[in-house]
Parts: sequence; structure tokens; C-alpha cells
Amino acid sequence: MSGIEWLIAVLVLLGAIFVLLGSVALVKLPDFYTRLHGPTKATTLGLGSLVLASMIFFNFVQNELSLQQLLIALFLFITAPVTAYMLIKAGMHQKVAALEVTKNQHLMQVSGKKPAP
Amino acid sequence: MASWTHKLIPTPARSVMLFVVWLLLNNSVAPVHLLAATILALAIPLITASFRDKQTPFIQWRLAFWYLLKVLGDIVLANVQVIRIVLGPNRLLRPGFVMVPLELRGALPLSILACTVSLTPGTVSAEILPYQHDPDEDVGERFLLIHVLDLSDEAALIQEIKQRYEQPLQEMFGC
Amino acid sequence: MLTQIVLVAMLLIGLSLLLNLWSLLRGSSMPDRLLALDTMYINSIALLLCYGIYGASNLHFEAALLIAMLGFVSTVAVCKFMSRGDIIE
Repeated sequence: MSGIEWLIAVLVLLGAIFVLLGSVALVKLPDFYTRLHGPTKATTLGLGSLVLASMIFFNFVQNELSLQQLLIALFLFITAPVTAYMLIKAGMHQKVAALEVTKNQHLMQVSGKKPAP
Repeated sequence: MASWTHKLIPTPARSVMLFVVWLLLNNSVAPVHLLAATILALAIPLITASFRDKQTPFIQWRLAFWYLLKVLGDIVLANVQVIRIVLGPNRLLRPGFVMVPLELRGALPLSILACTVSLTPGTVSAEILPYQHDPDEDVGERFLLIHVLDLSDEAALIQEIKQRYEQPLQEMFGC
Repeated sequence: MLTQIVLVAMLLIGLSLLLNLWSLLRGSSMPDRLLALDTMYINSIALLLCYGIYGASNLHFEAALLIAMLGFVSTVAVCKFMSRGDIIE
């Protein structure tokens, strides 16, 4: 296996591990607001790493110019925070209970209410 | 810039992005795709002109590039911290909500700040308060409500967000 | 060798899809289930990317892009419905 293939292997494994960690966080963490942190960050980073690996693979091992994968990474890095923002807003509106040790819980009430028309 | 070019290409940055994205989507630089990309890059901004908010007039692209690199570096480095929290025992968690006072103004800079805060580990932005109905309305001091996974020092966190992300954005957009 | 490593990665991603399914079914609240569903979308994109490397084919990227777009739009629509009771005001 050549050096470039080792690089791809490391990136693919790293990406898969990050994706797995995001999902583990989803199962393991105790409340909705903490669970939100796993998928928005670890999974996005994992996917970024996989996209990088795939780009290196097609450009240097297959020797065909291919930058399409960049589009997926770009799209995901733009949409992941927006999704997280919409989800946490929906959660606060539905008054999903936060963990008891959460500090400053009163701030949730300030935000959950609908703005006056 | 002469006024007719401004009329023909109202948003140069967006036109360039459409051009590049179309070529990426087709994964080729054949002449027919170049032609299609040019037509789309010229036509779409003109057709959608009436839907858009007013664009931020002025961006320092050199600063924007450094900001992008810094944020990418932060995402990679600080994910290690989140992994430590995720794999550690749950009873050590100290989550919390924090209000960060904002000096930044304008829809685009604020949304970039909120997205940056969401992508850098440990924090997710939840809401910008108070709600602004009209982009020209003056609503006084505004806050960014964030949820923090590991809240030990509130003041230090606010200071870090302001110094690391808000100030570069202020310089970048000149506001 | 690279093929085996990509297979291992696909195994890990498959495992994380199962974990997502578990949290989707367990779901203590509606936003929780939605979060699990959104993560499932992203993980299936990761699986498709790995499959592209495994089969050395470029054909799956359009599918991955479509999943990314539909996943984002549907998640935002359901969120909007949950927080406002309406999707387009």
C-alpha cells in the first residue's frame, strides 16, 4: 500500500469514528439539549473527513479530476448549524425539560415565547 | 464600477458562487457547461433580485479567508474536547445557558456568528434576542442565547466568543 | 488493504445507524426523534461516500447530494411546524 492509500485509510477511519461518536453521544447523553451537541459537531467533522478521503481517492488513486464531493461538504457545513438552531428552537418551544443541573434555566422561558405579530 | 455592470451583475460574489457550484455539480469544464454556468450565474441573481434583502455592501475578503481558516482549525482541535465530555461519565456534565451581549449588527454578520458558535464544539446557538421584525428597526441591545455543554466560567466564555469570533467579524464587515 | 479498511469504516457507520434507530424509537420527545432522524440522514450520506470509495465509482454522489438536500429541507420544515404550528406563514 502506498503512502497516499495510507492517508486515505486514516482519513476514512477517522471519519467513521467521528460519525460513530456523534451517534454514541445521541444515545448516551442525558437530555435533549446536550444530545444536540453530538450530531452537529462530531458527525459533521466526520463527514468532512470522509469527503476529504473520497476526494483524495478519486483525484490521486483513480486519476480522474473530481471535485463534486466538495459540494456535499460545503452544503453540510452550511446546513448543520441551521438545523441545530431550528431544532433547539423547537425544543425550547415545546418546553423539553433540561437536565436539572443545567445553569440559567430561566433563560429558556425568555426565548420560547412567540414574538408579537 | 460603471453603473451598467452593476445593473447587469448586482451581486458579483453570488454570481461567482453559482458559476463554481454549477461546474462542480456537473464535474466538468466542457464548453457547454461553461456556457450554461455563465447563463445561470447572470440570470439567477437578476430574476431573484426582488426577493433578496439588501446585501452587506462591503466585505474584506482577505480577513474573511483568515477567519475561515481559523474556524476550520477550531472545529478540528476543539472536537477532541467534546469527545472527552461525551465519553466521560454523565454525572460530570455541567451544561448551561448563557446570554452573550452582541455589538455586531446586520443580518449576515449575525448569522455567520451564530453558525460559527454552533460549529465550534461545546456551544450551540439557540436564539438572537430580542426578535427583529424589520431589518431597519432599532431594537436596542441584542443578545445571543447559547447552550454550553461544559460551563465552568461564564465570563471567560463570553470574553472568548467576543474576542475570537465577534471582533474579526466586525473588522471584516466594517460594522 | 484499502478495501478492508473501507469495509471496517462502513461497519462502524452501520453501527452508528443502528444507534440512531435506537434513539429514534426510544425518543423521549418529538425534537429528540427529529434529531435522531436528521443524524440518520447524515450518516447515510457517510455510508454512500464510503460505498463510492469501495466500488471506486462516482455514481453515488448525486444520490448523496439529494439525501443531504431533502434531509435538510424536511428537518427544517418539521422544526418550523413544531415551533410555530405552521410551515409557511
